[in-house]
Amino acid sequence: MTPPQRQRRTPGQGTPAQPAAPARKEGEGGNPERLYVVAGPDGKRADIDLVTLIVARSPDPLPSATPEQAALLRLCVAPLSVAELSAYLSLPFSVVTVLITELLTAELVQARSSIVRKALPDRSLLEAVMHGLQRL
Amino acid sequence: MDFNGSDTIPGPRAEDQLPHTAQSAVKIVIVGGFGVGKTTMVGSVSEIRPLTTEETMTQAGIGVDDNYGSASKTATTVAMDFGRIKITDELVLYLFGTPGQERFWFLWNGLFEGALGAVVLVDTRRLEVSFDVMGRLEERGVPFVVAVNSFPDAPRYPIADLRAALDLSEMIPIVECDVRRRASSRDVLMTLMRFLHSLAMTGSLT
Repeated sequence: MTPPQRQRRTPGQGTPAQPAAPARKEGEGGNPERLYVVAGPDGKRADIDLVTLIVARSPDPLPSATPEQAALLRLCVAPLSVAELSAYLSLPFSVVTVLITELLTAELVQARSSIVRKALPDRSLLEAVMHGLQRL
Repeated sequence: MDFNGSDTIPGPRAEDQLPHTAQSAVKIVIVGGFGVGKTTMVGSVSEIRPLTTEETMTQAGIGVDDNYGSASKTATTVAMDFGRIKITDELVLYLFGTPGQERFWFLWNGLFEGALGAVVLVDTRRLEVSFDVMGRLEERGVPFVVAVNSFPDAPRYPIADLRAALDLSEMIPIVECDVRRRASSRDVLMTLMRFLHSLAMTGSLT
């Protein structure tokens, strides 16, 4: 029996297809507005990755904190990734990044940056991960 | 959601809390077609109960959605399961299982750009559904290994035949696994790590 055949590609090949937004009337369908209410009007976000670790600077939220902010601050008394915050809060990743941006601006949380793959990851980091996996 | 009653929001269990010394995190992406075993693999190696992050796909993504044209599909929610392994008191590894369609990938900013590498999980009954995923990883320059999830009723091909069919160079590892077993899933991740290590040694992706 012969399996189906693929052809390999190379970096930079192919055009990143930017899908054309279909024409839609204002307010048609769904209810996405609510998300903007949670996230604030300006939509600016800090450079936050799924695995950026967030830690609350103080466990007690200010009385002025919104319920969403207060819930987030309570969750990250110990370091927690943005992905986990999104999961526990049942909020989309993008909304959580906006909430965190607000809290970073207010200096209520600290972000511990994720390690980003450069051209190639650093060998000692890879070795540390291998040692960790071996212990599983 | 009622956040005013936020005492009810479940957080991590006490034993699942990361130590305060946790400074940084790395991620590995497990990518493959629907039903190939991504979630099972994440669950079998994760030290925490697997969690789900969601993103809402808005109009820009809808244009390429299969349901384009259906008025009720203005916003589509896409979910991604993930798990976590504590490597040291300072370093944490996250595993994300993501659908193979690239239109989902941009929803999570930097999903692949920041990843150490990827595992492409394939099912030999539907080998061709993984073709596009591999092509897209190659285009993005994301290093990956191929893991063949051994379903009992799936056709078995010699690795050399799979390599030829998948048009993969000799250096890219292809391994068989049973993602239901923690040791097997861990071995796949170790294969990826050793591959990344060899790339770091030779300083080359090709």
